[in-house]
Amino acid sequence: MFGERERPLMPAQFALRVAILSGFALVIFSIIFFRLWYLQVLSGDKYLKQAKNNQVREVTVRAPRGEILDRQGQVLVDNRTALALQLDPTELPSSHRRRAEEFARLGRLIGMSPNEIAKQLHQQTKELPANPVTLERDVAYDLVFYLRENQAAYPGVNVERVHVRNYPDGSLGAQIFGYVREVTEQQLKEPRYQGLIPGDQVGQAGVENTYDNVLRGTNGLTRVQVDAEGQPTGGVLSQTEAEAGHNLLLSIDTPVQRAGEAALGSFSTPGAFVAMNVHNGEILGLGSSPTFDPTIFTKPVIPTATYEQLASETTGAPLTNRAIQGLYPTGSTFKPITAVAALESGLLTPSTTIYDGGVFTLGGIDFRNAGNASYGSLQLPEALQVSSDVFFYNVGATLDREGSGAQQKWASELGIGHPTGIDLPGEMAGLLPTPAWRNKLYKEAQDPDSPGGTSIVSGQDPTDRPWSGGDAVNLAVGQGDLQANPLQMAVAYAAIANGGDVVRPHVGLEVRDPRGGVVQEIDPAPQRHLDIDPQYRQAILEGIHMAAQSPGGTSYEVFGNFPVPMAGKTGTAERAPQADQSWYVALAPYPNPEIAVAATIEEGGFGADSAAPVTRQVLDAYYNTREQAAKSAGGKVPSRGAIQPPVTGAPAGNPD
Amino acid sequence: MVSDAYPRPFDERRQAGMERSGVLGLDPLLIVAALGLIAFSLFTLKAVTGGDIPHEPYYYVVRQAIYAVLGIALMLAVARVDYSRFRELRVGLYTAMMSGIILVLLLGEATRGSRRWIELPFFTFQPSELGKVLLITALAGFAIDRGRRVSERQQTARLLLMGFVPALIVFLQPDLGTALTYVVITLAILFVVGVRWTHFALLGALLTAAVAAVLMIAPAIGHPVLKDYQEERLTSFLNPSSDPRDATYQIDQSLIAIGSGGKVGRGANSTQTENGFVPDRTTDFIFSVVGERFGFVGAAFVLSLYALLIWRALRIMTLSKNLYGSLIAGGIAAMFMCQVLVNVGVTIGIMPVTGIPLPLMSFGGSSVVVTLMAVGLLQSIYVQARLTSKSRADLLR
Repeated sequence: MFGERERPLMPAQFALRVAILSGFALVIFSIIFFRLWYLQVLSGDKYLKQAKNNQVREVTVRAPRGEILDRQGQVLVDNRTALALQLDPTELPSSHRRRAEEFARLGRLIGMSPNEIAKQLHQQTKELPANPVTLERDVAYDLVFYLRENQAAYPGVNVERVHVRNYPDGSLGAQIFGYVREVTEQQLKEPRYQGLIPGDQVGQAGVENTYDNVLRGTNGLTRVQVDAEGQPTGGVLSQTEAEAGHNLLLSIDTPVQRAGEAALGSFSTPGAFVAMNVHNGEILGLGSSPTFDPTIFTKPVIPTATYEQLASETTGAPLTNRAIQGLYPTGSTFKPITAVAALESGLLTPSTTIYDGGVFTLGGIDFRNAGNASYGSLQLPEALQVSSDVFFYNVGATLDREGSGAQQKWASELGIGHPTGIDLPGEMAGLLPTPAWRNKLYKEAQDPDSPGGTSIVSGQDPTDRPWSGGDAVNLAVGQGDLQANPLQMAVAYAAIANGGDVVRPHVGLEVRDPRGGVVQEIDPAPQRHLDIDPQYRQAILEGIHMAAQSPGGTSYEVFGNFPVPMAGKTGTAERAPQADQSWYVALAPYPNPEIAVAATIEEGGFGADSAAPVTRQVLDAYYNTREQAAKSAGGKVPSRGAIQPPVTGAPAGNPD
Repeated sequence: MVSDAYPRPFDERRQAGMERSGVLGLDPLLIVAALGLIAFSLFTLKAVTGGDIPHEPYYYVVRQAIYAVLGIALMLAVARVDYSRFRELRVGLYTAMMSGIILVLLLGEATRGSRRWIELPFFTFQPSELGKVLLITALAGFAIDRGRRVSERQQTARLLLMGFVPALIVFLQPDLGTALTYVVITLAILFVVGVRWTHFALLGALLTAAVAAVLMIAPAIGHPVLKDYQEERLTSFLNPSSDPRDATYQIDQSLIAIGSGGKVGRGANSTQTENGFVPDRTTDFIFSVVGERFGFVGAAFVLSLYALLIWRALRIMTLSKNLYGSLIAGGIAAMFMCQVLVNVGVTIGIMPVTGIPLPLMSFGGSSVVVTLMAVGLLQSIYVQARLTSKSRADLLR
């Protein structure tokens, strides 16, 4: 019966289905085969590399940052170790529910709500992805032990020993030191932060920032072989020790710094001071008020409210360093600069007599002395002593008429309107008004195509009119559009005092290795040298010496009894709508100064009212230190004998 | 003529010419494939677990060898039995399977956790593994009853229910991989028995809807069907950029292991599988070990043994003397295909992470013994087909 069929077949339906099933098998094996070919033959080297990296865990040993010392070598900023509670996002459970449960448990331990933890995680990983998220930087030991014992219940929660900045003197010098924060993703791309890894701390302000590369140190790296759980399996593959950063010795004289900050702090309005060596630009003290507590920045997260408080105008913006970032008219402290310009351009001699009748008229406008005083016939020293505005209005008008721009040229050469180049970040250039500057802005505003069209805002707006003689007259006495800060004034006065060297101010003095060896001395050359005739220098110094220490001088009440002969000039800057700003710049000792001190107090009234007393306290501290140093050395304070006895009952001078 | 006396008009010359038989009249190529895989499993286990248990380098090898010997004995025993007799036992077989997996589920409930095993004095027994073979033999038997008294559609629905209910129970154990195998076996038997294409189309649509419901709708309305880890595994496969430490971590590590094996393997330097980066390296991820240690050459060799195994199963399906044998062979072929595809697919990153043993390679008594029993069933079909054709040939002579 079977033989009858030549080609006996399976039923067609069955055959088709067997064929389809076989086709399935063929497809499955083809897919697997080609996938294996791709993985093993084509990508084998790539995966081999990954497999080799897989078993190596690199453990970074963070280097402690160098210390910051004052000029005597006393510690200003050092480190302490703290136990930081960190979340490793890659080790947290990926299930939302389990993650939320862990956050709830962890939150109960450390007193944070699960939402806060999630928020921190979100924020910090947004800034620094794939980086441990620090929740707390000072964790108690019992919590650490608890977490270690219950590690299994807290996957992704680690405790790491970290170095945290420590400030033994509280907020002292906060504006100079700046602060340290984790390096941002943006910074990691910059060449100066090359080689850093996320989580490294870098200086974000102050000398911490300027000298970051010397303070930072080099992280150590231990490469260990690990298994899948991250448990070390074998030995250490390689190890490089962490190298602590170098120490930075500042030129800061702590007593001077302390006195300056205390003096500023005694006023309710913001202010700033600078004390600087006139020969080499070493900053002995530099402060701005209000200041801040630098320990705020050692916390992993700064609440928005706190940060706003640090930066907001209403709280006086404590983060602003007014000594280098202030933009103020300087008032009469500018007069010596005007004097240099007039003398050097031959428009004035020390013996030129100008009559001060109490009023100076230009273009129909009367410019008067403060308090409507009149001082009669004056020569330069006397004009500085009593701070005659009329005298300098005349000088300013003469300089402007002469038309060579000598006023601006000399002010600019003395450093007004430029950054001084100090080794602190964020310095402002200020503004030295020139005819060209004002005329250009005015012309632009006149142009109907300008953004503001022809509508001109009147008043203080520099676009409201072209340059006029009144601008020159105002500039001569440090008013009008001029904007400068205490550091620029200290540098300008220092140049007059030292015979023409425009120093480059600096707070860094020495870089020392951790064992104390000097690695680098910081002694920048002056920015430039101006030839100031010694005769002229003498006349100006004599004038401001008399202003401080001769009866009738503007700050005689403050400095008349100062034990060291010195020179100093008051300033009262009009800053409508605010109350007048108080200024003082001092040089000591007279006649061969070694220190310049500039101080300003916003809304501080007359120069002699607030800025001069601040300066006095700084100079007191400066000479006190020297006296003690001299005593301990068995010597005598050099110029102490040359004290001018205070004159009683002397007539009060012009308050400015 | 009963329905399973399906006329199988095979070409006698082809049959006689092609199928050379070895000892005991068994299919020699099938023996080669099964023993080859067992041998390679022992070889691989020796290499990877040699240092796992102090002073007992052969701990895993010895146990796997014992399971294999037990399994081979069972295979030979089954091969000698005419499988057609199992058809009459289909109700008993089905009941045994259901009892086993329900027992496990109940024990699991009692211990409030996942449970797939029953503790026996010598080893732990996994009823859902044995259930695969029981399901195949029982379901094939029920499938042949088709056409009697009930409509074709009713018959299809009945068979689906009979396959999917145990699949659901196994899924609840929870054992997603084995449940999937049950589903594949059921579909394969329906397919081979000749269920209409329209039924399959409808079934496909229903399954798609069910998967969508389980993965998307159920969690959305607050009644998740999948356990947390199951959903994580499935969805992480669809979304490989998620957390590298969890579900995709396993796939990544397995990929690195297999990829780093390159053409000829890393031998004793197989750090991925040696240092525990790859999980479950003796069971679900044993193919990663093969890939890393023996490279493309080794992986291709193992795959070719599976190809041989599955080819023989498909071949025996066509040789069978009756439809019952074809259905059993088809079910077994589908079971092997499913397990190889899913297990290997997971290790090479083309399938979601699903725990499923690689037949004869993965360490584990239940799987090895049951797989060899399935091979025994194939051998029985082969032997019976030969005997039939021989007797027919004798008749003719």
